Amino acid sequence: MIRFLIKGLIRDKSRSRLPVIVVTLGVMLTVAMHAYVKGFMGETLEMNATFSYGHVKVMTRAYAEEAELLPNDLALLEVSTLNEELSERFPAMEWAPRIRFGGLIDVPDEQGETRAQGPAVGLALDLLSEDSNEIQRLGLPRALIRGGLPKERGEALISEAFSQRLLIEPGDDITLIGVSMNGSMVMHNFRVAGTLLFGMDILDRGTLILDIEDARLALDMPDAAGEIVGFLPGGFYDDATARHTADAFNAAYQSDPDEFAPLMKALSQQGSMGPYVQFGQVWAGYISLVFVVAMALVLWNAGLLGGLRRYGEIGVRLAMGEEKGHVYRTMIYESVCIGIAGSVIGTALGLFVAWLLQEYGINVEGLMEGASLMFPTTIRARITPPAYYIGFIPGLAATVIGTALSGIGIFRRQTSQLFKELEA
Amino acid sequence: MNGTSEIIQIQGLVKRFPMGKGEFTALRGITLTFGKGEFAGLVGPSGSGKTTLLNIIGSLDVPTEGWVNVLGNSIGTLSAKEAAQLRKESIGFIFQSYNLLQVHTVYENVEFPLLLLKHNGSQRRRMVMDALEWVGLVDKEKSKPPQLSGGECQRVAIARAMVKRPPLVLADEPTANLDAANSHHILKTMETLNRELHTTLLFATHDDKVIGYLRRMIYLLDGRVDRDETVRKD
Repeated sequence: MIRFLIKGLIRDKSRSRLPVIVVTLGVMLTVAMHAYVKGFMGETLEMNATFSYGHVKVMTRAYAEEAELLPNDLALLEVSTLNEELSERFPAMEWAPRIRFGGLIDVPDEQGETRAQGPAVGLALDLLSEDSNEIQRLGLPRALIRGGLPKERGEALISEAFSQRLLIEPGDDITLIGVSMNGSMVMHNFRVAGTLLFGMDILDRGTLILDIEDARLALDMPDAAGEIVGFLPGGFYDDATARHTADAFNAAYQSDPDEFAPLMKALSQQGSMGPYVQFGQVWAGYISLVFVVAMALVLWNAGLLGGLRRYGEIGVRLAMGEEKGHVYRTMIYESVCIGIAGSVIGTALGLFVAWLLQEYGINVEGLMEGASLMFPTTIRARITPPAYYIGFIPGLAATVIGTALSGIGIFRRQTSQLFKELEA
Repeated sequence: MNGTSEIIQIQGLVKRFPMGKGEFTALRGITLTFGKGEFAGLVGPSGSGKTTLLNIIGSLDVPTEGWVNVLGNSIGTLSAKEAAQLRKESIGFIFQSYNLLQVHTVYENVEFPLLLLKHNGSQRRRMVMDALEWVGLVDKEKSKPPQLSGGECQRVAIARAMVKRPPLVLADEPTANLDAANSHHILKTMETLNRELHTTLLFATHDDKVIGYLRRMIYLLDGRVDRDETVRKD
């Protein structure tokens, strides 16, 4: 009997090949879409965390209020002590002091006269300490286009587009004209070690990257830093953990009335990241859910139609004396086989598509021009553990439920009624 | 009646179907008996109740009132499982539109009732080949229904109905889709099987070609037995 049913299933293309193709396509789309949404949300979040907000950030209370203005006159002092405290209290996290600043880059000619000038957004971080992870965290080796990474004090990195605009080559000298912590104008010379291309419009416009000790010297900020960014273990942002860490840190300074007392903020508590994190958490889930539900409805319907289409065959089988329960069970078994086959193939194909999207991504640079939030110009998928099973929800469950519902219709009909429909 | 033992007894059978807010009465107090080995037909115009009566005898439907006993089973009191068991073991069906399983071969279509009865492989093979020989389709065992003519399809349906050698075969308008030559061929085959296997064959028909072969005709009119004629006795 089982052989008989399998033969029927294999030979009847509209009962096997077509439903498997439909399930495969549905599952493939679900898996790829899920990974893509996860990738887009996760990558955008991590990018903003890496370059700007950290998973948590420690600032003075006064600095935090105007953080978007980069008010280095309100920066943290005695940073090494604070850094030690942070490492002691939250040893699993990585802490990195940074200075963000604005300034003007002046490029001199051979006579020392200004040849070109341009506004720069500066980021100072620990590039030279052996125990610093900042170079890898920012992916500087990957982003390097020309020259090399700074190996000694006084060397700087600038974005490739910026270097082309100002006609700067690696090895050229540049002058940073900026404002010190105390509000006075400062000028400091650097040698360009290399140029960078991040693939993000906001970073590629005019970024200057310095070692933090050079920036402290240039901006007159000894043992100071605008902010100390912290990164959670595992490297992925988790809002609950970040907020919990911030609350634990801030509790110790709650009674301190000083406006320069340190304040820790989670990524979602900074700038415009709150709604985005919420969007990431809620909408990524919704988008995946909507897609899963939509595919489930399609596959449910396919299962339903598949069952209804077989009224004739079922009528004959009942007339031959097959019990309704047996007919119903075989329909369910068939849909399980089709659901599993389609889900497995669809998941494999979906993961392949997701892998391609993860490796190569889709270039959306044109859409990101002028964006103030850091969006990756190449959106990549991220294959997370749910990608391995999420396709089975529409693929297997919906197919089986659709068949089960159509089967119930058959089950409830009088056998003679099935016969009338069969003869019709 | 041909005087043999009774395998179908029908007493005061009434069948009503819900229709809109009311009811439609398809059968109005039918009382009949059929004996083993009969070659009989329910004859009448459309809507006279032939198919409804055939469905009840075949345990596909149940009486609203009255009593129907088929091969010792009271149709009105059978559970769905018991009704399926009765059909599986004792009743063969032949339909107007053949209703063969299109993706299965002739052999597999005929084999299907034996699979339900859980006969072993060699037993099935022998019984299927016997059935195909009765209907003259041994050479078509590997063909599929779409490759067959209408007459051949109906012969496969006959082989399927007869393969388990049931005591009762019910045929609903079996020649309606066939031309005259094929109809006569089919009816001769059924007549032969009736004679050789002593199977009771009960037709629902208004086809004159079938009526010409029947040995007993029960004329139905508006759900009642109008006439019950034994035309010819062997």
